[in-house]
Amino acid sequence: MSASNTDFVLAVEGLTVSFDGFKAVNDLSFYVDKDEIRVIVGPNGAGKTTVLDLICGRTKSTEGSIKFRNKELTKMKEHQIVRAGVGRKFQTPSIYGDLTVFENLEISFPRGRSVFGALAFKRDAEVLNRVNEIADMIFLSELLESRADLLSHGQKQWLEIGMLLIQDPELLMLDEPVAGMSVSERRQTAELLRRITKDRSVIVIEHDMQFVAEIADKVTVLHQGKILAEGSAEEVKADPKVIEVYLGH
Amino acid sequence: MSYEGLRSLLPKSDLLGFAVLALLLVVVLPLSLDIFRLNLIGKYLTYAFVALGLVLCWGYGGILSLGQGVFFGLGGYAMAMFLKLEASSPENTAIQSTPGIPDFMDWNQLTELPWFWEPFHSLGFTILAIVLVPSIFAYIIGVAMFKRRVGGVYFAIITQAVAAILTILIIGQQGYTGGVNGITDLRTLKGWDIRTDEAKYVFYFLCVFMLFVCLLIAQFVRKSKLGRLLVAMREMEDRVRFSGYDVSNFKIFVFCLGSAFAAIGGAMFTLQVGFMSPTFVGIVPSIEMVIFCAVGGRLSILGAVYGTLVVNWAKTTFSESFPELWLFAMGALFIAVVMAFPNGLAGLYNKYAAPHIEKLLGKVTGKSNNAKATVGTQGVAHERQ
Repeated sequence: MSASNTDFVLAVEGLTVSFDGFKAVNDLSFYVDKDEIRVIVGPNGAGKTTVLDLICGRTKSTEGSIKFRNKELTKMKEHQIVRAGVGRKFQTPSIYGDLTVFENLEISFPRGRSVFGALAFKRDAEVLNRVNEIADMIFLSELLESRADLLSHGQKQWLEIGMLLIQDPELLMLDEPVAGMSVSERRQTAELLRRITKDRSVIVIEHDMQFVAEIADKVTVLHQGKILAEGSAEEVKADPKVIEVYLGH
Repeated sequence: MSYEGLRSLLPKSDLLGFAVLALLLVVVLPLSLDIFRLNLIGKYLTYAFVALGLVLCWGYGGILSLGQGVFFGLGGYAMAMFLKLEASSPENTAIQSTPGIPDFMDWNQLTELPWFWEPFHSLGFTILAIVLVPSIFAYIIGVAMFKRRVGGVYFAIITQAVAAILTILIIGQQGYTGGVNGITDLRTLKGWDIRTDEAKYVFYFLCVFMLFVCLLIAQFVRKSKLGRLLVAMREMEDRVRFSGYDVSNFKIFVFCLGSAFAAIGGAMFTLQVGFMSPTFVGIVPSIEMVIFCAVGGRLSILGAVYGTLVVNWAKTTFSESFPELWLFAMGALFIAVVMAFPNGLAGLYNKYAAPHIEKLLGKVTGKSNNAKATVGTQGVAHERQ
């Protein structure tokens, strides 16, 4: 099944994945515009994370099409999808604890990605500048030399966001970026997100409706692998179906 | 390579480690041991090549291979085939029913040299084959396993199965491989008698030299971004994959490199010990090699060498007095390493000895070093280890 070409950055059409007959995502279609911030909400088990897994190639779809800038992603390998310009942050911070913050960012720098490229990779001015620039942005410039293990939970989340930023992806996918953060960390993260979401499309999975209202251009509510509602944060909040299954009365 | 390049490849603490090891192997041991013992050390060192490869594969990349004996054996057999052909000249084998072929072939009623033995008449081909045949074999295993994301325990078991298969194959195909006895009675290399004390000295130093070549290659890999990627993959493979790397290629590379090291070790073994047999290919020697690596410290390339020397020295001493107890002692040693000091000798050194030595070094070179640090580029300052 192949979808037609569009102007959207991401066009998901008829996407279905079934695990032993259970359809975690069921005939899902949605479109993300250039520079749009899309938030996906929904109750536990709605298939939010699965959708991100499908887009970044971690899970193979059973049916349907995912087009990123009119390029079909469903047949591509994970690293090819990344190189095409899709970045993914995982729910729990995925960083390299045995390496320093600097090395974490350096590894994510998009150069020398082949075996021999990695052997020949040199820390030149370009790499240093970019790492410092990103470290500044994610509030970690003082901690470049510490082992990533030693960071706090919130700092680890920022580091992973930084590792994505250094690749400058056109589509950034964040899975609950503020989960488990303190109030002040949450505020800093919201500010960080506002800054980094310029000039790129972002898909965020989030539960905190206040936070959602703050950042979202458009909200998609998932329920049992299907779209329950889609629209601005206010529209979605007022939708009786959404209140019924997700927000509660 | 520029001076700066050399400095970043071998920072002061590593340089010291390399120098101490070189002093020990090139000066101290040859001067203090008789040729019999030195030859024994040379034999131990051939296992250090394997342990070194395991540091990169297992310690850095998290790929535990329990079949490194396969590659050690392939390298060793390649060398032995060349030497055997030279020892089987028609004059030397005139009493056989088919002169000019290795004696075990004659005993097994073979009447001509099998096709895959033919190229081993050439020393150049043999040297290439020592490195390339095991590397290609490792590449095939690597592609088959890592592209399908087989890893961890499953990979370890499969490598073990490969070791078992190769042993059975070698033993079963007696006419082509010398069977369980292996390839023995090797005499000369290009007409030069390899059984003399002089030859043993030459091979010992050749072995030490090759070991340092491999150590430097390993150090280069460790210090490159590839080394850090291996650590990253060991910890958070998905993150590496989702940073745009094809993880399997890196695993294949490091597995092939480890295999090439093991094969060079195998060739050095054949030269120094004078034969090659399936007892160095199978499961038990493969696991022993992992123990050498673990005792030395699986994250330390120099530790691998010391670990190999210490365990083998213990094995020789212990099994001279209590031969039947050695295997139990070996098992106990492995358990002790895993439970009590998971980073091996290198871990103990870093914890207890390194701080004192650094203090001493700091006193000697502290001043000039501080001056350098301030003018040094940021990149050098970022060099952590």
